[in-house]
Amino acid sequence: MTAVEEVPLSAAGNPIGFGSMKRVEDQRFVRGQGNYVDDVNLPGMLHSAILRSPFAHARIVSIDTSAAEALPGVVAVITGKILEGIPRPSLLGDNFAWMPTLSYDTQAVLATDKVRFQGQEVAFVIAENRYIAKDALELIDVEYEPLEPVMDAKRAMAPDAPVIRDDKGQTDNSITDVHGHKTWESGNAIGTAEAIAKAEADPNCVVVSEDIMYPRVHPAPMETCGSVAYLDKVTGQLTLYTTSQAPHAHRTVYAMVAGLPEQKIRVISPDIGGGFGNKVGVYPGYVLSIVGSIVTGKPVKWMEDRSENLMSTSFARDYHMSGKIAATKDGKIIAVDVDVLADHGAFNGVAQPTNFPAGFFHIFSGSYDYEFAHCKVTPVYTNKAPGGVAYACSFRITEAAYFIERMVDCLAQELDMDPAELRLKNLIKPEQFPYTSPTGWEYDSGQYEKTMRVAMEIAGYDELRREQAEKRARGEYMGIGISFFTEGVGAGPRKTMDILGLGMADGIELRVHPTGKAVLRISVQSQGQGHETTYAQIVAHELGIPPEDIDVVHGDTDQTPFGLGTYGSRSTPVSGAAAAVVSRKVKDRARIVAAAALECSPDDLEWELGRWYVKGDKERGKTIQEIALLSHSSLELPEGVEGQLDATAVYNPPNLTYPYGCYICVVDVDPGTGQVKVRRFIAVDDCGVRINPMIVEGQVHGGLADGIGMALMEVIAFDNDGNCLGGSFMDYLLPTAIECPDWELGETVTPSPHHPIGAKGVGESATVGSPAAVVNAVIDAISPFGVRHADMPLTPANVWRAIQGRPVRVDMAVE
Amino acid sequence: MEVTISINGTPVTRDIEPRMLLVHFVREEAGLRGTHWGCDTSNCGTCTLWVDDTPVKSCTMLAAQADGHAVTTVEGLEKGGELDPVQKGFIECHGLQCGFCTPGMLMTGRWLLDNNPKPSEEEIREAISGQICRCTGYKNIVKSIQWAAENPAAVDQVESEVNA
Repeated sequence: MTAVEEVPLSAAGNPIGFGSMKRVEDQRFVRGQGNYVDDVNLPGMLHSAILRSPFAHARIVSIDTSAAEALPGVVAVITGKILEGIPRPSLLGDNFAWMPTLSYDTQAVLATDKVRFQGQEVAFVIAENRYIAKDALELIDVEYEPLEPVMDAKRAMAPDAPVIRDDKGQTDNSITDVHGHKTWESGNAIGTAEAIAKAEADPNCVVVSEDIMYPRVHPAPMETCGSVAYLDKVTGQLTLYTTSQAPHAHRTVYAMVAGLPEQKIRVISPDIGGGFGNKVGVYPGYVLSIVGSIVTGKPVKWMEDRSENLMSTSFARDYHMSGKIAATKDGKIIAVDVDVLADHGAFNGVAQPTNFPAGFFHIFSGSYDYEFAHCKVTPVYTNKAPGGVAYACSFRITEAAYFIERMVDCLAQELDMDPAELRLKNLIKPEQFPYTSPTGWEYDSGQYEKTMRVAMEIAGYDELRREQAEKRARGEYMGIGISFFTEGVGAGPRKTMDILGLGMADGIELRVHPTGKAVLRISVQSQGQGHETTYAQIVAHELGIPPEDIDVVHGDTDQTPFGLGTYGSRSTPVSGAAAAVVSRKVKDRARIVAAAALECSPDDLEWELGRWYVKGDKERGKTIQEIALLSHSSLELPEGVEGQLDATAVYNPPNLTYPYGCYICVVDVDPGTGQVKVRRFIAVDDCGVRINPMIVEGQVHGGLADGIGMALMEVIAFDNDGNCLGGSFMDYLLPTAIECPDWELGETVTPSPHHPIGAKGVGESATVGSPAAVVNAVIDAISPFGVRHADMPLTPANVWRAIQGRPVRVDMAVE
Repeated sequence: MEVTISINGTPVTRDIEPRMLLVHFVREEAGLRGTHWGCDTSNCGTCTLWVDDTPVKSCTMLAAQADGHAVTTVEGLEKGGELDPVQKGFIECHGLQCGFCTPGMLMTGRWLLDNNPKPSEEEIREAISGQICRCTGYKNIVKSIQWAAENPAAVDQVESEVNA
């Protein structure tokens, strides 16, 4: 581990390596000079708007666009019928009305036969400005024949439920993955069932069952989704500015969707105003802006408004989890089983690796050492918006972590045991790493108990429990919640992980100019993570070039090598590793050049930060900057050495990395109103080596706020008629500075043994770990009322109902 | 209709539709894209700018209503090539990540300090409570505004430094 104080500073005062360097990006952002997609204006650019379905499930009888077309300023109106008429030279469907999802399903670009969720795309208007485009939507006359909407995953399973995907010839609402499976299982089914049955029969054991729902939520980045497309008909070049967390993967999808040659497609993700998974998927709006440019010959901008963002783009969660946990009466966990009903909405638009249709949910066994675990996930179609990758989930690990951490607390309550003591009794021990989990993951490293003790010390855990006891005696309801989570991030090894057949390895390119300044071209895309800063720090750490001398290029497929993008906390584990590897290639090349210049063998040289020197003669050496110039010079190099220092690499991770942490939340609950006040939140993360501690802490802060939001206020609910009840920020509540406490952070550092710099990634840790801590705290507070579980969001009304013993479905207006 | 709005001291006169929102006037007509458009319902506050020195959510005000008034946007904070202390504070204290809410937060932060040069943490949280940030969890935004309060006369360019 590199201690921050040991890192030398550059002339500009930046750490030549790891440390809390101020962000390069901030200079433009604080001046209002960020360049987001809606800031892109091309000459002659047209604007657009999408007509969306008011119904969740209805047959389209007719669409009359004549009045809209007649409106002055309208350039074109496109419907699904028109798209059907545009042939597509593609393996993935024969026309433009449908497009592939990232999960080998199909999704309507514009509805032709039926609408399948409220807010689905029905028609596309291109006009001179966005006001006229919106006016034209009012003039489109669509006749619908309403059908029964299926708004509940349980209803979707019923034999008499309306069939949503009749377009695929389905006779029910099941979802079949690319391997032909309708359910996805992991772990030891028989062993787990037997262990639980044995525990049930054993008076020295307990088995606790609980139904736990993780309701549908939305990532809701501050910037909505949008794109500007321009197809130059002369050159055949398509340029697409777009809100994409994965520009290269999108380019390939567009090549498939549009049938355009991939070398003619340039995807540019400029500054992205937050992603959190919302900008992983390919949305009909993006495709429509491309179609719009093809039709009009001009650049076309599509920018959704907030309601469109909340109602139609990728949601998250919607997992109904029925769990069982078996343990001995002295608190040793024996087995965990969980049956999941997964609501995927109208199209299977999740972006999980192909072989992992339920993502990495099977990491649900958590941070504890026991032998038997099993999960079964059954996905269904409903008349809700498609998607399902999103919201800082590390591929469904958020659901998994929430599930196991709630189950452990339910067990603690059943055993009347302190939840901290129960966790400490079961945590995987340091000497057990690398640890093979009951569902087959190989956790790379961890010092779980140490991390938990640090969190308990910051919290003053024992004192908190004393305070709670005193308050309870006075009739005050304070709660303390703990969550201990383990993530698997950095997808992933090419051998087992791909999306749409694209292996999840990432390319990188490092150029070192003759003057010793460098340009690093990366495949991943920042949505606020600060890649322009941290990637320069990685190269600085490896090569000793000051970070201010290194420019990081990202977000333009013409300027950067292929990679799968930024989601699932994969930037640092995959592309960050690539940055170290490519720097080491440059360093090796520099050694050969230095040896030639110093007239010695490369083996005679030793490295110190930024310089190769002759062993035993430290004065005789060359700096990396000198070597860069020499590499371009007439210096004679050994045969086979081409000169220059530039290098490329593709990093194929050998395993995931496993960041983890312990969170403790303290709440006060007013039992009269159900109001929850988060008083304190302690977060101790171990994400391995920290490249920029300031940025790591910022990432954690943001994720903790996410956790407060999901636990206490966020939900995309529906009524039985199919109306989305979370379609604006007046209905979909997000935490403000008032609801968020002054986060208290701590850290332990356990490097990943297989990552070149020992880093594990941290982007989603806090979002994964924090909801359970908040919910556990609230349930702890109201447990004197006999409450063992209540589903998120724990709004005042839902807490009050739980206290009254009358919980209701939080995701449905009517049960 | 013709409106004239002084934006950051420069009068901008345009013939516009009466229904045009102020945020669109500033972005599309005046070409100042630091002010962002986020929610349409006055909830997110990324469109916050000043009308006559008072923070306003410009997605729910008509440009026509600002006719004859003075608007200040994030682009107007920097004076003579010198960043405002609030801007410096956001850099110093990592008060931003994706940068999308930042212009609105900066405008509120500057306004708060103009009216309350030494605000408490609670007062800062209250002041920004009408604005949403999805990245920072607010802690560092609060610290950034506190930094600006403590460094009102800071004139030096922000220098990168290492916080151990």
